[in-house]
Amino acid sequence: MPSRDPGRTVARVPLTDTPAVQARDLRRTFRSRSGIWRQTRSEVEAVKGVSFEIAPGELFGLLGPNGAGKTTTIKMLITLLIPTSGSASVLGRDVVTDVREVRSRIGYVFGGDRGLYERLTGLDNLRYFSELYGVPPREQRARIGSLLELVGLTGREGEKVEGYSRGMRQRLHIARGLLHDPDVFFLDEPSIGIDPVGARELRATIAGLRDQGKTVLLTTHYMFEADELCDRIAVIRSGEIVAEGTPDELKELVSAGRVLEVETYGVHDHVLDRLRVVPGVRSVVVEERGQLQVLVVASEPGAEVTQPVLGGLDETRVGRVSHRDPTLEDAYVELVTRTGA
Amino acid sequence: MIRLRQLAVCYWLQLKILLFSPFEGFLAVVFPLMFATAAMLVYEVGGDPEAILYAAIGAAAMGIWTSQTVSASTLVQRERWAGTLELVVAAPTRFSLVLLPITFAMATIGLYSVVATILWNWWLFDVRLQVENWPLFVLSILMATVTIALFGFLLSVTAVRYRTSWALGAALEYPGWLLCGFVVPLDLLPAAVLPLSWILAPTWAVEGMRASAAGESPWLDLAICGLVGLGYAALAAYLGVRLIDSARRDATLALT
Ligand SMILES: Nc1ncnc2c1ncn2[C@@H]1O[C@H](COP(=O)(O)OP(=O)(O)OP(=O)(O)O)[C@@H](O)[C@H]1O
Ligand SMILES: [Mg+2]
Repeated sequence: MPSRDPGRTVARVPLTDTPAVQARDLRRTFRSRSGIWRQTRSEVEAVKGVSFEIAPGELFGLLGPNGAGKTTTIKMLITLLIPTSGSASVLGRDVVTDVREVRSRIGYVFGGDRGLYERLTGLDNLRYFSELYGVPPREQRARIGSLLELVGLTGREGEKVEGYSRGMRQRLHIARGLLHDPDVFFLDEPSIGIDPVGARELRATIAGLRDQGKTVLLTTHYMFEADELCDRIAVIRSGEIVAEGTPDELKELVSAGRVLEVETYGVHDHVLDRLRVVPGVRSVVVEERGQLQVLVVASEPGAEVTQPVLGGLDETRVGRVSHRDPTLEDAYVELVTRTGA
Repeated sequence: MIRLRQLAVCYWLQLKILLFSPFEGFLAVVFPLMFATAAMLVYEVGGDPEAILYAAIGAAAMGIWTSQTVSASTLVQRERWAGTLELVVAAPTRFSLVLLPITFAMATIGLYSVVATILWNWWLFDVRLQVENWPLFVLSILMATVTIALFGFLLSVTAVRYRTSWALGAALEYPGWLLCGFVVPLDLLPAAVLPLSWILAPTWAVEGMRASAAGESPWLDLAICGLVGLGYAALAAYLGVRLIDSARRDATLALT
């Protein structure tokens, strides 16, 4: 095990080190049938050759639009799905052939309120999974106690899960995933349905895991969450990784300098097309905000595009014009909407 | 050691789930009694005490069968609906060891339903079971309960891969009454279906119950019953591994 220094600059670990998670050209197709009389078979290629490595102790984010293949990728890594082709290993163990060993060293939490025994109390749910994960009986009580403390459910553990709110269920899930003190933790949209205060606590919990030296793979649709937490991020679109790097590297992909925001009223598509070919403009994305359309314009490093862009908008009503630093969301939106890739 | 503890804790927690589930509770308490009542009323018309005893024993076994085949065969399907199927499969414990305590929790409910049926018949119809050999009779009841649970276990394992196989368990509920000879002697069935009766362990368990009640030796029946039951368990354990692999290939663990 490598020693890791605190903070978020740990990402790069020498290549000789076994990666905590390694995916090599992972592919997965789903076959589905529809129709009762005339069955038509259709194939969905959910993951099309995904490769990445996560170093031990790294917090890795997998971002992408709905249906991009994030959950499918995770399910292959946690042994619930067999890849159609390609291979993957967790802590050096193959996820297809070394199933038992992989399972005992990873934790898995998905978002949403399913996956719990409604008729049992929170405590009994944790007890059940402690047994299935072979947590030594003597350690169980203390372990469950400290996890309840960690996720803020102390005092509510005696109630049946059917009476839990969504956020409480989500916290219970996280406690469940940590019962056996896994080395690698897979979190698939863990912050879904959690209130802002709870989400902040959850981020602190996840950051705490990283500080303990655990490897974490996180998917989320909240860009600030990914920006705050992740050492490195891969953006996946239609089953393929389209970009990979630290949050700052990704932001630089969009714009080395600043982002120009222009408020407009009723901007036309042909105007946008015209702006997109302005020299120095990398991308133009429209954000609808009620009556307004905000044009988010990213530019090449060093290019001065404000004047040409405003010039191109002469027949459009223009409101406030401002500059700001690029956010991860800018990078993300550009990466997943870029045509052709 | 840890294995045993694991089985015991899981058994206890699963029993809690079953006891707190109103649906199961209703099935376990009311259905067997209703069926027992119907069977008794039919046989009472004849007034032959031997036939009434026959019906009383059959009705007791019928209670276990009814309360267990449906709930056991829907077991995996219910885990799937709850979203816990993936989680238990992702745990390092072998899947058959996850299902086994659940099966025994169900058998416990089944056992309860036999006792309830016997007491009910006693109280309502004044049928005092004339049992020559109580220890063997109780053993036969236990065998019936466990093997019926194992049968449900087998059905439920197949539901890991074949999502609709739970319906088979439901469909078997009523034919099972006839095939296992609970209330109608097997001699009345067409010879062609007899092999089906023979591979159903409860058939032998009920024979054992009747033999020990009559003071005859139930050992042969119980031995066959045990063998068939072990066969179910072995087949289920074997299929468990194969079907989970196939479910991982065909992505049917998460689908509702
Ligand atoms: N069991 C399945 N059978 C058939 N198709 C599936 C199955 N699971 C996923 N898919 C398909 O695979 C594709 C990728 O789905 P996946 O759940 O991996 O996306 P995702 O990136 O997790 O999306 P989201 O952000 O909505 O969670 C989708 O088109 C989905 O319809
Ligand atoms: Mg998903």
